[in-house]
Amino acid sequence: MLARPPTSLWRDALRRLARNRMAVGGGVIVLVLVITALFAPLLAPYDPIKQDYTAVLSGPSAAHPMGTDGLGRDVLSRLIFGARTSITVGVLTQVVILAIGLSIGATAGLAGGRTENLLMRFTDIMYAFPDLLLIILLRSIFGGSVTMIFVAIGLAGWVTVARLVRGQILSLRERDYVLAARSLGSSQFRILVRHLLPNALGPVIVALTFGIPGAIFAEAALSYIGIGISPPTPSWGSMIQDGYQAIFAFPYLVLWPGLAIALTMMSFTFLGDGLRDALDPRMRR
Amino acid sequence: MASYFIRRILWIIPLLLVVSLITFGLMHLVPGGPWDREKALAPAVVDNLNRKYNLDRPLWEQYGLFVWNASHGDLGISYSSQDKNVAEIIMRGFPITATLGLVALAFALIVGLGLGLVSALRQNSWLDYLSLFFATVGASTPNFVVAMVMIIVFSVGLHLLKTGGWGSPDQVIMPAIALGLTPAAFLARITRASVLETLSQDYIRTARAKGLSERLVLTRHIVKNALIPIVTVLGPMAAYLVTGSFIIENVFSIPGIGRIFVQGIGGRDYALIMGAVLFYALIVALANLAVDLIYGVLDPRIRYS
Repeated sequence: MLARPPTSLWRDALRRLARNRMAVGGGVIVLVLVITALFAPLLAPYDPIKQDYTAVLSGPSAAHPMGTDGLGRDVLSRLIFGARTSITVGVLTQVVILAIGLSIGATAGLAGGRTENLLMRFTDIMYAFPDLLLIILLRSIFGGSVTMIFVAIGLAGWVTVARLVRGQILSLRERDYVLAARSLGSSQFRILVRHLLPNALGPVIVALTFGIPGAIFAEAALSYIGIGISPPTPSWGSMIQDGYQAIFAFPYLVLWPGLAIALTMMSFTFLGDGLRDALDPRMRR
Repeated sequence: MASYFIRRILWIIPLLLVVSLITFGLMHLVPGGPWDREKALAPAVVDNLNRKYNLDRPLWEQYGLFVWNASHGDLGISYSSQDKNVAEIIMRGFPITATLGLVALAFALIVGLGLGLVSALRQNSWLDYLSLFFATVGASTPNFVVAMVMIIVFSVGLHLLKTGGWGSPDQVIMPAIALGLTPAAFLARITRASVLETLSQDYIRTARAKGLSERLVLTRHIVKNALIPIVTVLGPMAAYLVTGSFIIENVFSIPGIGRIFVQGIGGRDYALIMGAVLFYALIVALANLAVDLIYGVLDPRIRYS
């Protein structure tokens, strides 16, 4: 009889993920972006906020491979530092979302009864709030530092994760192993941490991976309207806003950051798709 | 069915109340006030203005006054342009934003459903791969980037369309496409998945075995059943169209509510902000209600639960 080597959900998922070429492609690009973000000061040829009035709005050239913007700043360097902003915002918003969503979802799922009802009604109401409006309001209160932006975006986006966590906990807490653990005397908390959360994590990870491009988009949109990260910190969205004024003569000022945003969002989406397919236990092969 | 409808409508009222409460609270946390100008006004003037608009009363009283007035349809006067009242401003911007939103929705539905359907019916053909590619790219490109690219290609490059503004029918094309592209891509993916799943159901096989023509199988069985998951995403999609319209209105200089709202936040125009947020929340709530009702019509299982 053929016996399969023992494997866990994670190892299985990793193997399936590795076979999915689009997801791997997306993952590679994400990795490149993260490295760019981390090593931005080493990679960028110029200081992104240094203005050089002798080279204003110059097209791509040997000195400036992607040209310069209206204030003489090198576009390539700004793009590289913009990656830092975007990745930071993208990832850290998910941390906020995870913290809030996990707490509320787990509490609702475990507590049941009126607590759950109350929390879920609150979640529904927050869901009805148009998210960009909430982010704009929050940003106006908190100011424009990078920290505050991702708090604002996170506060507007925890609802999906909360619902997901609650749903998962609701379906998992009736499982036999939970019953076994409880009959052996495990405390509620221990059951949560040791049994429920690790098994609920799959869809949550997928949701978070899809949430990153959403957060990057929100930050770019905010910066584009003009109420995003305060200048002169480079952000792809504010680069687009600055570049828009010169769009007739110098369209590349808008195209480079636009492409960067699109590529980033697409990579995370491919990765998320791959993760979702890989972590789906129904597709065990 | 009727009681479900009534219950859902009644639920909107507490929803709006909580939304207005949260917005009111947040608004008053924003630093600065409605009378901040570059050159500061004389304190006596500021005091008089505050007294006139009840801004010197305690916050809970202001909120109560607002709710009372709002329930009578009076959303107050805009602080930045004191001769116009908020309801009027919103009503002036609404038809524009609504037109944009509806055209974008129509585009998204036609392109998305169409591509998704064709894609599923001709699975793994080049058409399928092409639409999958379009779906992925469209779903991950931010709408203002699409807008910029279109402006560069059609206005700057080909001189076919104007870069913005509103008034003639051809000015709707680019904004609507920019706004509707991401929903279209999303809809294409979901339609394809849903139709594929419906196609594998037993009742389709039965229908074909009974001898029904392919066209009848399509219209009588596939469409209605595949539509269910699609309708589910229409609610969040409506919300996306609403918030996306801010940005698009900004890019194309369209005088809709979105632009008014952003200006209002900049100028701390409390009345305008409250009015706009409530209005948007109402629209989103109504859209979700409509979606739920359609869902009930399509899926009898929901009606009797």
